[in-house]
Amino acid sequence: MPCINPEGKPTETGKKVLQALRDNGLCSAEKVAETTGVALFRVRSGLRDMIEAELVEMVEDKYNITEKGIKLIE
Amino acid sequence: MEEYQTKPVSLPRLGEKAPDFDALTTHGKLKLDDFKGSWLVLFSHPADFTPVCTTEFIAFAEIYPNLQKRGVELLGLSVDSLSSHIAWARNVEEKTGVKIPFPIIADLSKEVSLAYGMVHPGQSKTETVRCVFIIDDKQIIRTILYYPLSTGRNMQEILRIVDALQTTDANGVATPANWNPGDKVIVPAPNTQEGAEERVKQPGYECVDWYLCKKQL
Repeated sequence: MPCINPEGKPTETGKKVLQALRDNGLCSAEKVAETTGVALFRVRSGLRDMIEAELVEMVEDKYNITEKGIKLIE
Repeated sequence: MEEYQTKPVSLPRLGEKAPDFDALTTHGKLKLDDFKGSWLVLFSHPADFTPVCTTEFIAFAEIYPNLQKRGVELLGLSVDSLSSHIAWARNVEEKTGVKIPFPIIADLSKEVSLAYGMVHPGQSKTETVRCVFIIDDKQIIRTILYYPLSTGRNMQEILRIVDALQTTDANGVATPANWNPGDKVIVPAPNTQEGAEERVKQPGYECVDWYLCKKQL
């Protein structure tokens, strides 16, 4: 996974994505890519993985960090 | 080999939607949809840790910033495992100092290779040949190149094709043989007699005849 390592912890890219969501609130994948400088395809793939890991949730077509996600980057 | 020769194989064609995939890569699981909105150069190579492919990967890594400037992402593929791809990319960096910045699909099941017609049994029954698919931001296949196992690809040609396609899209023109950015482009030929008569008198156009006119963008 590009954003979560096999131990279930966010990678450096994962942390960037989670921090962007924490700092900006509800965000589109495009906004996350713009804020973090991570390529859009990697953001989309990472967000998918982080939804599966319950670190991120989807609200309509945007993304939000979960409590579990916030705890992981504290 | 017989099995391949007798089975009808459906190959993607220009102007068609690129086949979807959901693939394991060196940058995690990626879907074709993840690239929506960007252009994509999807290319296959025969095998990791082989000489021609290594020179190509270094060359692809070198043009990657130029592709990104044009809104193009790169995605490699071979039927090797993920571990092999990771080990090879690390080896290339260690031995040559060139980091491989783009993802590589580990297509052990050949699901993606077969969907894109990348296995040519006359060349190799087990490896993918050197294919290049240039896919636009709407995920339509715009160019397909096939190179044999023994011939490394020309990166400048890949950049040139991207430039030509993007210039064509932006300006409604075509590009002549050996065109490079900055050269004159071809104006579409008129399709009426009146249009032909007007065309040869049009100022600013360099015309050989009504059907072959160029202009500077």
